[in-house]
Amino acid sequence: MKRVYAKEEVCIGCRLCEVACVVEHSGSKNPVKAFKGIKPRPVPRNYVDEGGPLSFSVNCRHCDEPLCVAVCIAGAMTKDEASGVVKHNAEKCAGCWSCIMACPYGVVRVDPGKNRVVKCDLCDGRGTPACVQACPNRALVFEER
Amino acid sequence: MNYVIIGNGAAAVGAVEGIRRTDKENPVTLVSNEPYRAYGRPLISNLLSGKIKEADIYLRAENFYEVQGVRPILGKRATGIDLEKNRVLLEIGDAVPFDRLLIATGGIPFIPPIRGKDGSGVYTFTTLDDAKKLAARVGKVKKAVVVGGGLIGLKAAEGLNDRGVKVTVVELADRILSSAFDRQAGDIIERRLREVGLEIILNNSVEEIVRVRGRVKGVALKSGEMVEASDVVIAIGVVPNKAIVEGTRIITNRGALTDEYMETNVAGVYAAGDVVEPTDLLLGQRRVTPIWPNAYIQGKFAGMNMAGSRKSYGGSIPMNSIEFYGIPTVSIGVSNPPGEGYEVRTSGDPAENVYRKIVFKDDRLVGAVLVGRIEKAGVLTGLIADRVDVGAFKDELLEGDFGFVRIPVETRRRILAVAR
Repeated sequence: MKRVYAKEEVCIGCRLCEVACVVEHSGSKNPVKAFKGIKPRPVPRNYVDEGGPLSFSVNCRHCDEPLCVAVCIAGAMTKDEASGVVKHNAEKCAGCWSCIMACPYGVVRVDPGKNRVVKCDLCDGRGTPACVQACPNRALVFEER
Repeated sequence: MNYVIIGNGAAAVGAVEGIRRTDKENPVTLVSNEPYRAYGRPLISNLLSGKIKEADIYLRAENFYEVQGVRPILGKRATGIDLEKNRVLLEIGDAVPFDRLLIATGGIPFIPPIRGKDGSGVYTFTTLDDAKKLAARVGKVKKAVVVGGGLIGLKAAEGLNDRGVKVTVVELADRILSSAFDRQAGDIIERRLREVGLEIILNNSVEEIVRVRGRVKGVALKSGEMVEASDVVIAIGVVPNKAIVEGTRIITNRGALTDEYMETNVAGVYAAGDVVEPTDLLLGQRRVTPIWPNAYIQGKFAGMNMAGSRKSYGGSIPMNSIEFYGIPTVSIGVSNPPGEGYEVRTSGDPAENVYRKIVFKDDRLVGAVLVGRIEKAGVLTGLIADRVDVGAFKDELLEGDFGFVRIPVETRRRILAVAR
């Protein structure tokens, strides 16, 4: 399957991938409304790790054997066999945080102010994910490996 | 080829999905004494508290068995295993023949020999039926006692407290959550539970459940005190439910014993989940670790191997994620170091319900306790499981702003480039 991969040698640490993620998953698709109009402020489903001159975006691997799916006590996390996407059903989520405890990439987040998590859906139906499209230095690629 | 699974919990669901990974054809028969399709067992406390409805507790879609080609025999108890004729005996009806068998019978509540425990008004809290029985008492119960201040007991207590019952928890140890969490974490949760109205009695135990004309009136404690209650929940812990294999050739210790492929000493017979005594990856010895994630993962490995794969289940890392009244907590691996040779670092502000403890053995991370802030907890789980050398960034792990940038480039690329 196509996944989002980061190229640390060209990442400039601008965090536009984080912004693009929040905007894409907002109702308004407007950056100002997405960040300022929603309280508590939503979190991106990816994050930029930074230390000294080095930075790169960390995002869901949509694992072949996803631990978040294995540990989900509510059946809210599923691996879509056809697309390979690890999906999260917010309606079923019990807010037990088992997936946060299990995901070795740290990319499952608490949905702020809500008793549930959020995670990358590869911008379901969008084609190229918003984070990849937003990257000004092509430090994110969406490809088969 | 006939697959038979005894049990219908996390391990059984994992096994079905593991078998179907490679074998889409051969029939699977699943036998469970519980009359329900597979449900998320830890969610019974949410059902009791009223946070979810029964329809929301089921783990997979309603047509799960049909889609997976599984014949479920629900509400019937498997009473024995005939290893000579390769069949599972049922309490009612025919025996079920097998070529590959999985024992996934889970755990059963441990009930100490307390006087007065037999009769009405005394409950356990591990099944959907247990939760329903307790939920049916809501409105009629004013005061209840929960025996045991571990994860199950406190979740039962929370559920009852949410429904307006005055709950007293009686715990033998000098702190709650003593097996999964450390003292500091236990103290934070204890304070929070007292704030919301629970009474917690430590260093004490129930000598007798006092009855008058058969009806529960309260409990008599070892200290001599009486606690008034009409209902008592015994939630001291669970032990492997291994009765069905006792008296067979299948070897057990505290739980059923398997090899790394989840196969018992009897070829073709596998075991997974809380009935098993697996190898603890960190301690390097067998240890009963009755937790949900391990049950599912063991079941999946068992299923894949039953269907002809050869996949090694490395071993268990204990882990618990549980929230009490707005305070999320996670414990992973060694939360209470068993002896010398461990390095412990802590941070946080317990007064603000925030606490973080990291346990190292030399330059390897082996355990963590997180209270209040649990974001990216799984990164720690991954570092523990992968035995990553963390010598260069121990302090960052403690502060919680740890990033993959600190991991040497080769290791980092190995972790991040590959999807598991």
